[in-house]
Amino acid sequence: MSFWMVMIAGGLVTYLTRLSFIAAEGRLSVPRWFRAMLPFVPIATLTALIAPELLRPGGEWAVSLKNPRLVAGAVAIVTAALARNVLLTIALGFLVFLGLVWLGATPTP
Amino acid sequence: MIPGKAARPRRPQLTELRLGALAVAPLLVGVVPFGVIYGALALQSGIPAIPAMAMSSLVFAGSAQFLLAQLAGLGTPALVMVASVALVNLRHALYSASVAPVLAPLPRRWKALLAYLLTDEAYAAAIARLDRAGGPRHWFLLGTGFVLWLGWQISTAAGILLRESLPPELPLDFALPLTFIAIVVPMIRSRAALFAALAAAGVALAGAGWPLRLGLLAAAAVGIAAGWAGDRRRSRA
Repeated sequence: MSFWMVMIAGGLVTYLTRLSFIAAEGRLSVPRWFRAMLPFVPIATLTALIAPELLRPGGEWAVSLKNPRLVAGAVAIVTAALARNVLLTIALGFLVFLGLVWLGATPTP
Repeated sequence: MIPGKAARPRRPQLTELRLGALAVAPLLVGVVPFGVIYGALALQSGIPAIPAMAMSSLVFAGSAQFLLAQLAGLGTPALVMVASVALVNLRHALYSASVAPVLAPLPRRWKALLAYLLTDEAYAAAIARLDRAGGPRHWFLLGTGFVLWLGWQISTAAGILLRESLPPELPLDFALPLTFIAIVVPMIRSRAALFAALAAAGVALAGAGWPLRLGLLAAAAVGIAAGWAGDRRRSRA
């Protein structure tokens, strides 16, 4: 399947999700377990993407202060927790990452 | 504008459309930088400019597009990518259920159009107005949805052009996990949410080497289950 097919399928799935209850015109209601599950979907999915990028970049474990992704990621996590500001978090994390690489750290240890 | 005065103008549809467009303007401050970052990162992940641009109208969902850019860069199998998008966008079913009663009397083509425009931000900006009785309120949702759509397309294009003018060796790929951190960390406000994040991180780390990127789907499933179970324990106690 080409990337175009992935985008079209992903778009269709998204569209049908948005259309679902609108098309059913209130004949369906949202099950409680489904509603209870939803807040954890973005948390679980996005954390599952973040953790390996920080601790296993390129597949190998890199739990070390010499890993600029881990250090910059930790800075970003603290910034996000304290400031709750998307742009500040990205900017500070990226500056720390670039700074460490500039100082000689390998971008992907 | 005072809602009472807006209720009886000569062309209520246009008034609603304009009010919707105005209501969403403050949200563009957050949406436009995201669009620019998406455009730049999609190119960085190896997606060519034309599909990167097309994704903003085909999928038209910020977090799912970031996810697809990341997964495409990692060489993920197609079905895992589509399943991930479906999972991340499940929340839109809730918006759909929420606006369904208001849109129920409309012709089918209106429902088809408004469903396409039903993003997080369009919903957030429109729901207060939609919940109020009377008037052609679907025009309000059209106003918020269309302005967001336009803003998303323009900012995506700006990001694509920006990336093309930056040095290609700049390790921009790291901006993706940083973007996810900026989105996720403020969401972790309860013990159950923390369970979900830690469980997902643990499974994702253990499964980073699994074939077909199945570690990602397993981590998402375990994380959701952990958060849900944590929530149930609290509500029973």
